[in-house]
Amino acid sequence: MENRETPGQEDRQDIILKAVDLKKYFAVRNFLGTSKHYVKAVDGVNLEIARGECFGLVGESGCGKSTLGRTLIRMYEPTGGQILFDGDDITSKKKKEILPYHKRMQIIFQDPYSALDPHQNVREIMSEPLRMSNPSMSRQESNDKIMEILEKVGLQKDALEKYAYEFSGGQRQRIGIARALSVNPEFIMCDEPISALDVSIQAQVVNMLEDLQHEFGLTYLFVSHDLSMVRHISDRIGVMYLGNIVEIAQKDELYDNPLHPYTQALLSAIPIADPERAKASRRKTIEGDLPSPLNIPSGCRFHTRCPYATEQCRGEDPQLRDFDGHQVACHRAGEI
Amino acid sequence: MKKKKESKSRERRIDNVIAALKKDKLCVFAIIYLAVLIIVSLIAPLLPLDPTTTDVSNMQGGISAAHWFGTDELGRDYFARVIYGGRVSLLVGILAMLASASIGIAVGTIAGYCGGLVDAVLMRLVDVLSSIPWLILVTVVSLFMKRGIRSIILVIGLFTWMGTARLTRAETLSLKEREYIQYAKFMGVPMWNIILFHIIPSAFPTIIIVATTSIADAIMTESSLSFLGLGIVQPASSWGSLLQKSQSYLQSSIHMAVIPGVLIILTVFSFNKLGNLLRIYVEPRVSDGEQN
Repeated sequence: MENRETPGQEDRQDIILKAVDLKKYFAVRNFLGTSKHYVKAVDGVNLEIARGECFGLVGESGCGKSTLGRTLIRMYEPTGGQILFDGDDITSKKKKEILPYHKRMQIIFQDPYSALDPHQNVREIMSEPLRMSNPSMSRQESNDKIMEILEKVGLQKDALEKYAYEFSGGQRQRIGIARALSVNPEFIMCDEPISALDVSIQAQVVNMLEDLQHEFGLTYLFVSHDLSMVRHISDRIGVMYLGNIVEIAQKDELYDNPLHPYTQALLSAIPIADPERAKASRRKTIEGDLPSPLNIPSGCRFHTRCPYATEQCRGEDPQLRDFDGHQVACHRAGEI
Repeated sequence: MKKKKESKSRERRIDNVIAALKKDKLCVFAIIYLAVLIIVSLIAPLLPLDPTTTDVSNMQGGISAAHWFGTDELGRDYFARVIYGGRVSLLVGILAMLASASIGIAVGTIAGYCGGLVDAVLMRLVDVLSSIPWLILVTVVSLFMKRGIRSIILVIGLFTWMGTARLTRAETLSLKEREYIQYAKFMGVPMWNIILFHIIPSAFPTIIIVATTSIADAIMTESSLSFLGLGIVQPASSWGSLLQKSQSYLQSSIHMAVIPGVLIILTVFSFNKLGNLLRIYVEPRVSDGEQN
């Protein structure tokens, strides 16, 4: 077994998005406005996403999944570290310089209700990003493009003049997806795109996302807390805990052979459909709540809830180590 | 083809307004009332009305065929005075509202959207202006201006926008965290476009309410100023000044107070209804269509 300090994936050639020690802190100001505390939503994440893959990001609520995703596409300003998009350092690009990159990386929001302006009809909603990314586009061209994309996401032609409130949640999410697709992006950050939807609609939307990925050769960062859905759509999966990624592996490897105790607990929380098997399997549970990101525990950030924690875990922050392409940040990985 | 589509969208909005009118008969009344009021005000100089000729033999005369609303303390035709007073009141109400709403909306959205230092400076300005007793401020300022309707509009417009600014700022603060605005920002839509096309339409319900109430406020403010001798100069009249004048004759001729009072109430009510229709036009969500 080979141990490496940095996440090395040298065999992957075409890295579309890479984060090095990425940090995003939110300042919490006290009454006098002298900022004292920081919520460390993303705290030193190293990550590589290859072109054409779907990278799943899981973790419990409040662990920083969405913040990481939004920082990666520079929707949020990173506090520290580096983001490389297609080899270009976009960490500190100015407002004007970043726009061409925003056209190449898009976002699909979790809440299809707040993602669309209720005062605009679909044509207005869709034409705004088109106009911003391609100012020379004529109205006719933009309309044709919108119609083409709407058809791709399975919406009728008459949707064009309707307002967002006239659609169901699933249809709204399709409009959100269409809006992201309209500017021909390479990378789409899917910020829990299905968690606000009806279960019967979730599968449709996920299958559509998969089809679109193949058709347009897209790369996804798929943030979710639905473990089964992430397994279905992703190629590789990263597990996030309290602002940091604790484990990254191919999806089957991660689900069959989780190395981090947090991942093990997370996976054992997936309900098993067969009662016989459910009885036989021992469920690993973790105690306690997620510690506050205002005050991250020393050493391994999971040690407060980890049944295997040792003295070393309390004092020393584990880095991601590579076990044959399966990276895990745990001092005792392999033993447990 | 493009034109056709746009008009289709507008048609739908107008349909919503018509549906609202069908449901609310008072709305229809308000529209008719405002239309009549505005038309009469506009053509008043062409009508055979004389608000200035005094008739000492017929002071405080009752309602008659020659004088529909009776005569005032100098024997002037009260109907004519009410019509001419309405011209002034409407003009002051609408123009002062437009001025104060524009300033308030601009300050509120910019402060809320930019945040930080811009917000702090603009909001402290609002605090300072609202902390000075309003009537004193207006009195002092109007001393430096020529008396007349123009200065009244200007003074009311310039010193009553603070409430609007506060409300739109609060609305903007919550709106700018919505994902559709974050997305617009993400795609590089300029600040002015975000404010004009995303924030103001969403804040419109609030703005409409503030604007319609400020018409009423402006009409009342004008009457206070006129009462203090800083507003409309006699022999011109406004509803507010008629109301103030009539106080002395409440016992003998109560209709002199009731008529302008009722007209002010009806006008304010009708503007509120009009605001509601405007909101339905701008915000299609509250339409009849959703309830069906």
